Amino acid sequence: MKIDSKKWMFAAAAFAMVAALGIAGCRGNKLNPFPDTGAVKGWQKTAETRTFIAKDLYEYIDGDAEQYLAAGVVSTSTSDYKYEGQLEAVVDVHTMSSPDGARKIMDTGKTADAKIAPLGDAGLAYSQSIIFRRGPNLVRIVAYASTPETPDALMALARGIEAKL
Amino acid sequence: MKNRRDFLKTAATGAVLLGSSSAVTKLGYAAAPDTHTVAGKSKVVVAHDAQLHGADGKLDEKRVQALLDRAIASYTGIENPVAAWKRIVPVGKVIGLKVNGLGGKGIATHPELTLAICERLQQAGVKPGQIVIFEQRTNFLQACGFQHTDNPAGIRKLSGEIYGYEAQSSNFGAATIKLAKALTLCDMVIGLPILKDHSMAGLTFAMKNMYGVVDRPQDLHASNCAAVADLNCIPAIRDKVRFTIGDAISSVYDGGPSFHPERLWQPNSLIVGQDRVAIDHTAWQMLERKRAEAGMQSLEAVGRPPRYIATAADAAHKLGVNDPQRIHLMQV
Repeated sequence: MKIDSKKWMFAAAAFAMVAALGIAGCRGNKLNPFPDTGAVKGWQKTAETRTFIAKDLYEYIDGDAEQYLAAGVVSTSTSDYKYEGQLEAVVDVHTMSSPDGARKIMDTGKTADAKIAPLGDAGLAYSQSIIFRRGPNLVRIVAYASTPETPDALMALARGIEAKL
Repeated sequence: MKNRRDFLKTAATGAVLLGSSSAVTKLGYAAAPDTHTVAGKSKVVVAHDAQLHGADGKLDEKRVQALLDRAIASYTGIENPVAAWKRIVPVGKVIGLKVNGLGGKGIATHPELTLAICERLQQAGVKPGQIVIFEQRTNFLQACGFQHTDNPAGIRKLSGEIYGYEAQSSNFGAATIKLAKALTLCDMVIGLPILKDHSMAGLTFAMKNMYGVVDRPQDLHASNCAAVADLNCIPAIRDKVRFTIGDAISSVYDGGPSFHPERLWQPNSLIVGQDRVAIDHTAWQMLERKRAEAGMQSLEAVGRPPRYIATAADAAHKLGVNDPQRIHLMQV
């Protein structure tokens, strides 16, 4: 009995250790591309990150969700940011089932005034927004105002996100 | 082009009163036909102010108020704004304002407009607790500048996902839905949609705004949102939503309904009227003109013409008129 009890204790301790390592490993791998306040100069993260799995995407972008679903979206995460306490922006990170899905959405939305942005696998910049993809991830950053600082500020934030993908 | 006084004369011939005949008698208003027509035409006012946004790009609140007053004066034929509003809303009743914030903060019904309407409603005798600003979801309501606040002592701001939906379904044609309680508690609703391109419906404005008063709008997306007309025929929506003050201050002419600043456009206008079909037809033409100006294909050419507008005008729906010959368009 005594020996059995020791064995059980050892097994339980080993199981707990493996479980803890597993959980830590999962946390380490979990994608969190949203820079914290101050991680990118001038940018403040002003809201909690909200994540919508595919079936709930309507709650965030009802009316637009279909095109993302058709392109194989797995989840969409979003957060609000503010630059120098003034310029407000929103960051959306769509995780697709494959890079093709990210490419499809990006190509569909491309307009003539888009400028190539050196971000991820491909990127486009507009005066008030940036979109880029890296692997299955599609990132869209939109500012709510156009100021002389907007393009550079958005590019800095995009680079901060790119580094975390 | 007619001047404003001429327009007011014309408008006066079709002075509005939005309550039903029985309500009119009860409320003691002067007897007047419940009409939104002038000589058999549906009246739509497009009020425009090129200076609505200042040099800094910010919306000028005072000019928004002035534009609203001009639109309402032109529509009612009554120059005094308070007197005009008294002709539009029944005092002692609950008045809902259905805003639209689905596209996010960059392309939501402007709070400056909503608050200007609230001010005039109160001046016309509607108590703050009888004004209900509502949207389907909390984040959509926030995009319109309001937090969910259910305080009957003040203006109520209700999110459908918090305030809830009716337990019983309502149905018309292809639309089977549960209505937002925020809508059913109102005696009259004024639609405050924002003009946008829509990736499926083609156009989202007066009628499509009603997708925000149901529990599962995503169930109504089939066939380019063909259920828009059916949805608007559900009695509570048809009967309560009696006026539209369409926000065409800012718009996206492609890529909607989400905010795409690269396709942002500032028509600096309000589109006002009772006939939701005529309003949507007018808005559609504005959107098409902008798309053409931007070198884009028409909505028909890209496979998403807003066919629901014609459906809404047909004999099975009779929600209004979409024939330009039967729309009395006043541009002021």
